Amino acid sequence: MPHETVCPECSEPLEPDDKFCGVCGADLSAPRQPDAYELAPPDPAAVPEPPGGEPESYELAPPGRDTDTLPFGLGTADLPRARITDPRLDPSAGGPSASSPRCVACGMGDVDPDGYCEHCGHAQPRPRDHQEQELDGVAAVTDRGLRHHRNEDAFALATTALPDGTPAVVAVVCDGVSSAYRPDDASEAAAGTASGSLARSLARGARPEEAMRDALLVAAQAVTDLAAETPEEEARRHHNAPACTCVSAITSGKTFTVGWIGDSRAYWIPDDRSAPASRLTEDDSWAERMVSMGLMTQAEAYADERAHAITGWLGADAVELDPHTASFEPDEPGVVVVCTDGLWNYAESAAELASVVPEDARTRPLHCARTLVGVAIDGGGHDNITVAVLPFPAA
Amino acid sequence: MANFSKSNVPQFSVDIYQNEFLPEGGREVNAIVTVTSTGGGTTGGLPLATHGPGDVPGSPAGAPGAAVVIMVDCSGSMDYPPTKMRSAREATAAAIDTIRDGVAFAVVAGTHQAKEVYPANGGLAVADPATRHQAKEALRRLGSGGGTAIGSWLRLANRLLSTAEVSIRHGILLTDGRNEHEKPEQLRAALESCAGRFTCDARGVGTDWEVKELTGIASALLGTVDIVADPSGLEADFRRMMETAMGKEVADVALRVWTPQGAEIQYVKQVAPTVEDLTARRTEAGPRAGDYPTGSWGDESRDYHVNVVVPAAGVGQEMLAARISLVLPQPDGTPRVLGQGLVRALWTDDMAASTRINPQVAHYTGQAELAQVIQQGLEARKQGDLDSATAKLGRAVQLASASGNDDTAKLLAKVVDVVDAVTGTVRLKARVADADEMTLETRSTKTVRVKK
Repeated sequence: MPHETVCPECSEPLEPDDKFCGVCGADLSAPRQPDAYELAPPDPAAVPEPPGGEPESYELAPPGRDTDTLPFGLGTADLPRARITDPRLDPSAGGPSASSPRCVACGMGDVDPDGYCEHCGHAQPRPRDHQEQELDGVAAVTDRGLRHHRNEDAFALATTALPDGTPAVVAVVCDGVSSAYRPDDASEAAAGTASGSLARSLARGARPEEAMRDALLVAAQAVTDLAAETPEEEARRHHNAPACTCVSAITSGKTFTVGWIGDSRAYWIPDDRSAPASRLTEDDSWAERMVSMGLMTQAEAYADERAHAITGWLGADAVELDPHTASFEPDEPGVVVVCTDGLWNYAESAAELASVVPEDARTRPLHCARTLVGVAIDGGGHDNITVAVLPFPAA
Repeated sequence: MANFSKSNVPQFSVDIYQNEFLPEGGREVNAIVTVTSTGGGTTGGLPLATHGPGDVPGSPAGAPGAAVVIMVDCSGSMDYPPTKMRSAREATAAAIDTIRDGVAFAVVAGTHQAKEVYPANGGLAVADPATRHQAKEALRRLGSGGGTAIGSWLRLANRLLSTAEVSIRHGILLTDGRNEHEKPEQLRAALESCAGRFTCDARGVGTDWEVKELTGIASALLGTVDIVADPSGLEADFRRMMETAMGKEVADVALRVWTPQGAEIQYVKQVAPTVEDLTARRTEAGPRAGDYPTGSWGDESRDYHVNVVVPAAGVGQEMLAARISLVLPQPDGTPRVLGQGLVRALWTDDMAASTRINPQVAHYTGQAELAQVIQQGLEARKQGDLDSATAKLGRAVQLASASGNDDTAKLLAKVVDVVDAVTGTVRLKARVADADEMTLETRSTKTVRVKK
């Protein structure tokens, strides 16, 4: 196979001996022709050939189309152009002997309908283990990380337009609370509900902060509703009702707005790295509370084992729902990074985060999101990691 | 043959209770499997019906799906006291009255040889008012005299039961003495030839029988065992046993356990309603899977404890440690899966998660130990090792009290004086009635379920 000098997935420069891309983890030994990701055949009528006949790699559709949706992420049910073929779901895949997937762990066993290898028993990767999505003006990546057995984070992206025609971009990132049951369902429900609500409110003409408040409240209700549908037996075994954090960002015109409950964060990273980056959110966490009450220094508080205990969340057990929102009108370009603690544990301060955000984050938000996920994985990947990157001003 | 596509096979549900989280390097996975069968369906409580050419001749429409043989000890010792033989006759008569119309049945008199009492034609009768009456008449002729060779009784029962093309085959065995007139190997061989052919409940009347012998029979033939110390209690017990047998709707159900490559099953035990170690009774059933017999099921619920050692995997990994299914062999050889549950292993560095002990697992670990320390304690007592007996039975009192196993606690209190149940401090009683000691030993494996 000819040696490639840049990663075919993310264009990261490669060393001659690399077997995998150091940034996006792409398997460089995998065949490229035909497309390794087995895109379903595009509908020729719907998809014009890219101008110039440049071979199209799977992730970056030609710019300028509304449907630049990656085949990952939530809310991709009606992808118009492409999807990843999952042989387990494909009714045309034929008999089990012909095409049933092989175990990724041992390579020997077939995968049973429950998603385990029939030989070594290892759980197979699940769709939520790693998801990516890119829309006009926003990209997000979520990853299970290295130490957790499932991804309890979720994100949802949306694009809409204000009544005056100004485009608006929405990103929601949620982190399920592990000590509660069904944290993965909680984050998924919250992210999907919040992004839908934000898009509708904005299109209706609601002010961003108002839309943000409403979205957090309906998302909280969606998570609360999960508790009601859980069988009593299950509920008895786990004491905590489903819960998650939620942080959202809207970029529209000359402003952006963030809203949050819990300890997932948003940061502002200006293009000009000599200008100060800043954290836009204040955690609902024990540590933050100690600091804001003046009882401990930041260092003392975060050294305490209770540091990460959250004091605000979405869910039936939430003591009070106190959605925080803030709007900003920076006079310089940059990106808004929205993320879970799976990332910010490895780049806590705004300056630290800014130092690992790629230079071209604003023009390549998906690449930036992947890079930041990679930073967390390299740091140990102790938690699930979710990052959304919103270029500002919105294109 | 039985038409299992009809709705009269009970619904089986399988629930798994476990702490799936293992620490880094952890390999041992424990799970309690609760199997519940409900809703025998449309037969109105009658046993599973069979349809086809193999039905018992002369059987009415909706032919029998079950056959029962009652084996009554008629050895010479049954005459002492005379109430024993009388009670056995009355109990058998009561059991016959409980046999449902259409069920095939026979009565066997057991001495040092086995003799057909009714219908005494080398086969089975089909229950109806007339045959039940005739059978009870035949019981009057039961006399006593001779020895005890239980293996021969079981062989005859097996022969009679195999004349019926039915899915549920059951025996009820009553004895008052030791199996003295055949060698232990002969009984063992008989059990081997009968295992899987029919299920059998065993009852010991009086106190001259051997607990290990009867528990061995009931265990091999997947039935219950109990003591009826007072012969007057036989009738009620026999009726109850027969009612339970009549409630069985599906036979030969196996617990199939699949484990991943490199895994090792340490044990598979039934832990409720009684402790029964099934580990050694595995038969291979395809790659990395084995079947453990569970016998026949009516509307009931049983718990199993499965302990598997799996190859360690890294933190964040997930593995299927065992797939537990209930399977029913079909006439064409393909098993039908009645229900299944998954036992998982998840490696985590969250110590709080990995050190948590599942309450069900803890409870049944205690119940299994309870059965074991009772047996060891009574054995030590027989051997005259009073220190060991005191320690073991003290531990038993502690376990029974902590788990709320009140029945066993009461039985223990007849063998030891309980000073402090919480710490397990006891004194051996100087005089213990044989019946009390045998009752405790026989019922040592009875467990209680987790307090909700």
